[in-house]
Amino acid sequence: MQETSSQEDRLGHGSAADTAHTCHDRLSWVFFSVKTAMTMTEKILARASEKPSLVPGENAWVNVDILMTHDVCGPGSIGIFKREFGQNSKVWDREKVVIIPDHYIFTADERANRNVDILRDFCKEQDIKYFYDITDLSNFKVNPDYKGVCHIALAQEGHCRPGEVLLGTDSHTCTAGAFGQFATGIGNTDAGFVLGAGKILLKVPPTLRFVLDGEMPDYLLAKDLILQIIGEISVAGATYKAMEFVGSTVESLNMEERMTLCNMVVEAGGKNGVVPADSTTFKYLEGKTSLPYEPVYSDQSARFVSEYRFDVSKLEPLVAKPHSPDNRALARECKNVKIDRVYIGSCTGGKTEDFLAAAKVFLASGKKVKVPTFLVPATQKVWMDVYTMEVPGSGGKTCSQIFEEAGCDTPASPSCGACLGGPKDTYARMNEPQASEIPFTPHPYTYSCEISTDGFSLGFDNVCVSTTNRNFPGRMGNKEGQIYLASPYTAAASALTGYVTDPREFLQ
Amino acid sequence: MAAFSCSLGRAFAAVSKPKHSLPSQINDRSSFISPSSQVPLKQSIIFRKTRSISPKTTKISCNLEASASSTSAKTFHGLCYVVGDNIDTDQIIPAEYLTLVPSNPDEYEKLGSYALIGLPSTYTTRFIEPNQMKTKYSIVIGGDNFGCGSSREHAPVALGAAGAVAVVAESYARIFFRNSVATGEIYPLESEVRICEECKTGDTVTIVLAESKLINHTTGKEYKLKPIGDAGPVIDAGGIFAYARKTGMIPSQAA
Repeated sequence: MQETSSQEDRLGHGSAADTAHTCHDRLSWVFFSVKTAMTMTEKILARASEKPSLVPGENAWVNVDILMTHDVCGPGSIGIFKREFGQNSKVWDREKVVIIPDHYIFTADERANRNVDILRDFCKEQDIKYFYDITDLSNFKVNPDYKGVCHIALAQEGHCRPGEVLLGTDSHTCTAGAFGQFATGIGNTDAGFVLGAGKILLKVPPTLRFVLDGEMPDYLLAKDLILQIIGEISVAGATYKAMEFVGSTVESLNMEERMTLCNMVVEAGGKNGVVPADSTTFKYLEGKTSLPYEPVYSDQSARFVSEYRFDVSKLEPLVAKPHSPDNRALARECKNVKIDRVYIGSCTGGKTEDFLAAAKVFLASGKKVKVPTFLVPATQKVWMDVYTMEVPGSGGKTCSQIFEEAGCDTPASPSCGACLGGPKDTYARMNEPQASEIPFTPHPYTYSCEISTDGFSLGFDNVCVSTTNRNFPGRMGNKEGQIYLASPYTAAASALTGYVTDPREFLQ
Repeated sequence: MAAFSCSLGRAFAAVSKPKHSLPSQINDRSSFISPSSQVPLKQSIIFRKTRSISPKTTKISCNLEASASSTSAKTFHGLCYVVGDNIDTDQIIPAEYLTLVPSNPDEYEKLGSYALIGLPSTYTTRFIEPNQMKTKYSIVIGGDNFGCGSSREHAPVALGAAGAVAVVAESYARIFFRNSVATGEIYPLESEVRICEECKTGDTVTIVLAESKLINHTTGKEYKLKPIGDAGPVIDAGGIFAYARKTGMIPSQAA
């Protein structure tokens, strides 16, 4: 008996869930299928917990396909695993644990360095198959295994597969939902449990559906779309819920753009984000993974908590003003905000597509940046692309050449970098504000584009436009820092003017 | 949120005695993980020998109901520290301190000394005095979406290590809530109204868990809290692993 599905399961035979159906009568089959109409999140979790169906609110023990951890949470998770399962215990599956140092790498901080050593010792002891190690911190290029930002590395190394369950000790693990899988962040204790048990107890989230239709204007990127959504529903609008992204615009996005969309699901409080797998997904995965996978899709009659519809053709470039990702504003309405720096990097905005986008704006302008512009490629692969890929319409120039001509800083060693501040010597970290004549104490609950009245910011020399994911106080270092979250187009445009700038100034 | 924590408690508590015999050494992973020849993990939790496993969590045995209420006899009394909405994990424990590994006892203590150090300077009273390792405020009172942002477990751990015993907020971000229960570090309690607007840092409060009540002695007002439910026994026991051992779901710690 087959479930009704809106699209065929891609690799032929039905899921394990189907075989659990026991009724043969045609009428009751229809009744049964209607009863078990599920969203793709519900289906993924049902299959992973070997149940015929699940409804939101149910708790289920879910088999984990991939557990990822990094240098910040890995040591703690390992400590808990050893304490609870025994010093000599083995992980449940040495091929399903992916360990990726990426957060505090290029630093002299001894504890940070020690944490990478702890990962290495554990991987040796457990014979972990996928450990993207780095030993020579002075030159990332001589470390053949090192990748960089975990969420991008997971995708690039083929660990993200439709229909699977991927957990990570990082809130932006939801990025992998772009591949049509269930992916969410967990803490050290949960991870310690999964390391030993290979399972986790999860509550099935209800789904919010976001239908994005209309042709994507050439000055908009996925970052603008997700900022639009978070601004709409607020930082708690999706708490405990799944966010499903569908529609013609979503279908037109490439994988990295879909990853950007799912990446910031957690900023709305979301448990996980999903984009249905399609030919774009399968093409991306070709040659990256040899493991079989079986995508799932929401049933026609699946129930959603709410549905939001957007006509993307009508949207404009956005920023999230300090100090919250839901503090949405039109970029063009913030054009009087003088800025001090631009940061292009992180899992949200440091992928190849993000750098191509920034390069496009610099190319269109032909001018130099007016503020320090920091570029931090997410992974080694991205770094290579920045130095080798030709930017369309540039007559054969690479991103790196365009960045150099525009006066940006040299692209840095790939890692999470200053997205979350990090140790004090982290490249591009927002440290102490520069001296200023007028003291300005921002009230935590009032945010304004009207910081300046005459085009000059009052007070701290501390305003950054960033392609990252959070702008809470102190996120990138110094507590008084003012972070405007933006797309790579908007970030590049802002770098060129020294003010928050709508990229249409250069792209139209 | 209470519903989730209910089932988390249920799942571990439904078994009073493990189905399969457990070797004395925890080293043997087969005692906990279920190879096909042994009882599958899920059956050992939803524990009915003859019935097929229903997707809905079945009624809990009377044992659990009794044990759940009897362990909620806790009372917390102390000074409260009041914060606003959307207190994110970067404010609770800034990223630069995440090099500290919470499962390492020395570093656990150090982590505690940095709890809430990320709050902006508009919070003129600090959660922990300079040069101190512990806080004098055992209860944190917050608004909406407490603990939003990162999945870092260092957040509830830092609060617990600093000496806080409970947070009373209007609502929580899910990973923070889950981490609080799993680690057993603090009780993530929910208020029915915005008590963050009616209490001030330094007020003396009492929380009576069994009655789901908060009393502010300084103002004389009482507030209803949402019951902690089955998350209570998990935190009482010291977190998810301790609870699982206490209820016999996993074997006791070997030497």
